[in-house]
Amino acid sequence: MAEYMAGNVADYADGDRKVVVCGEFEVGVFRIGSEFYAWHNRCAHRAGPVCQGRIMKRVLEATADDMTVRTQSYDEAESHIVCPWHGYEFSIKTGYHQGSSRFRLRKAELAIRDGEIYVSL
Amino acid sequence: MNIQGKIGPQYAGVQQIDVHTDTRDVLAHARRNAIKRGLQDWFVCDIDAHHVETVSWKEIVTYIEDPVVRDNAIRWQAERIGAPPYGLNGDLGLRYQSVGGRIPHQDGQQEIVKETDVHRDVTLTRRAMDSLGVDNMVVFPTPMLFLGMHPQSEMEVWLGNAYNRWLIDRILSADDRIKSLIYLPFNTPKEAERTVRELGDKKGVIGFCVTSTRNKPVHHNDYMRLYSMIEETGKPLAFHAGYHWQDPSLATVNRFLGMHALGFAWCNMVHMTNWVLNGIPERFPKLKTLWIESGLAWVPFLMQRLDDQYLMRPSEAPQLKRLPSEYMNHNCFYTTQPMETTHPKALEVTFEMIKAETQLMFASDWPHFDFDLPQEICDLPFLTEQAKRNILGLNAARLFNLDPTPVKNLMGD
Repeated sequence: MAEYMAGNVADYADGDRKVVVCGEFEVGVFRIGSEFYAWHNRCAHRAGPVCQGRIMKRVLEATADDMTVRTQSYDEAESHIVCPWHGYEFSIKTGYHQGSSRFRLRKAELAIRDGEIYVSL
Repeated sequence: MNIQGKIGPQYAGVQQIDVHTDTRDVLAHARRNAIKRGLQDWFVCDIDAHHVETVSWKEIVTYIEDPVVRDNAIRWQAERIGAPPYGLNGDLGLRYQSVGGRIPHQDGQQEIVKETDVHRDVTLTRRAMDSLGVDNMVVFPTPMLFLGMHPQSEMEVWLGNAYNRWLIDRILSADDRIKSLIYLPFNTPKEAERTVRELGDKKGVIGFCVTSTRNKPVHHNDYMRLYSMIEETGKPLAFHAGYHWQDPSLATVNRFLGMHALGFAWCNMVHMTNWVLNGIPERFPKLKTLWIESGLAWVPFLMQRLDDQYLMRPSEAPQLKRLPSEYMNHNCFYTTQPMETTHPKALEVTFEMIKAETQLMFASDWPHFDFDLPQEICDLPFLTEQAKRNILGLNAARLFNLDPTPVKNLMGD
């Protein structure tokens, strides 16, 4: 197993993402609040560059008491990484696709030591 | 543990892919995976890719044959600001294809192109071919796929033929690897015949295309002369699918996802039904048809549906000497994209029913949001290597009389 430096904690603002080259692989490191997450830059769909996609909030559509709908909204608590190839959307926190648990990003081990971030492959 | 990063982090050159990202960076993973699968040594033909012809509309309108329409179009393109391209109808669904910008390459390819010796679209097509692992790429227009719904049938003639002549002059002449199934102004049969006669043997023209989004019966007697002419050329006739939100049968569909899923299959299901039940394959047994961009799942559905109904009502299709499904997997060819892969058993049965080893050809549909990659064919567990080679390129080489020698620059810089 090899370990690669992914920068300092201070380099990442809340909501930031950095794609790090790790030998022949790439890993996307994400910060949400005070938590960090690391996923292989390889979409569970077609191996696309998922971590280089747009970060967007999950879209919701609220149902009223009478079961009607009117507007959509964003779930401010759920950030998605969207694969730029085909639009597959994954939770940055869990790695799961919004619509099916059959599709999940591959996790990279992440460690923080002395304010420095490392990912292990 | 081996610590590689003591010298500091190595960040990827592209942190977020957007409309300005170079095609080669967007498709870097595709290239890597094509190399891993050894596609450098396989002949790969992509039967359906696209360029955005409206980017070049100012050039294209100068090819309009009618001098008055041409002048009007040139002035419009020169003087109007923020206006849609002259003469094109399009569809509002085009605005939704990128899922609100989530899939940037669908919205635009605004990357830097420094090459000036060829048209920008030639450079973009070369970048796509050498990233996907493709030797020959057939390019189609994009908004013009709706032209068959234009209320002015003569505008389809002017714009369709202007596009054809521009494509031949500026794109096909520049690179032998780029091919076209030339646009037929199908709503005006005599003009479609003229297109076959005048442009059918131009460099890079390997067949003819009817854009399927239109309300014309493909079995009408008005088209028999056209089919006869095309059969005589030995080149295939393609039906390229599309959708249209003005289609009354789809008027209740409110999500683009639904419109796209149904529309792209529905138009070709209707045309195929008319094509087979009216015995066109019996009347033109050497005419090969190619059904593009409807995916594959519709084919076994329609085969079963038509076979069952035909056996109960053969007197309504008296020209048929075989089951509808037998015409569909003998006289007809199909392209793969967008290949439905979420139900592998169904996909395997689909390949069997289509007779994929001889009738199926790879298509990417690049740069559209549901594009496919050659690696998807390589990775199908139920295909032999020969079947994979056939689908990726050799079936196309036979159908279009192409040289199956790999010429792609997959390993290049």
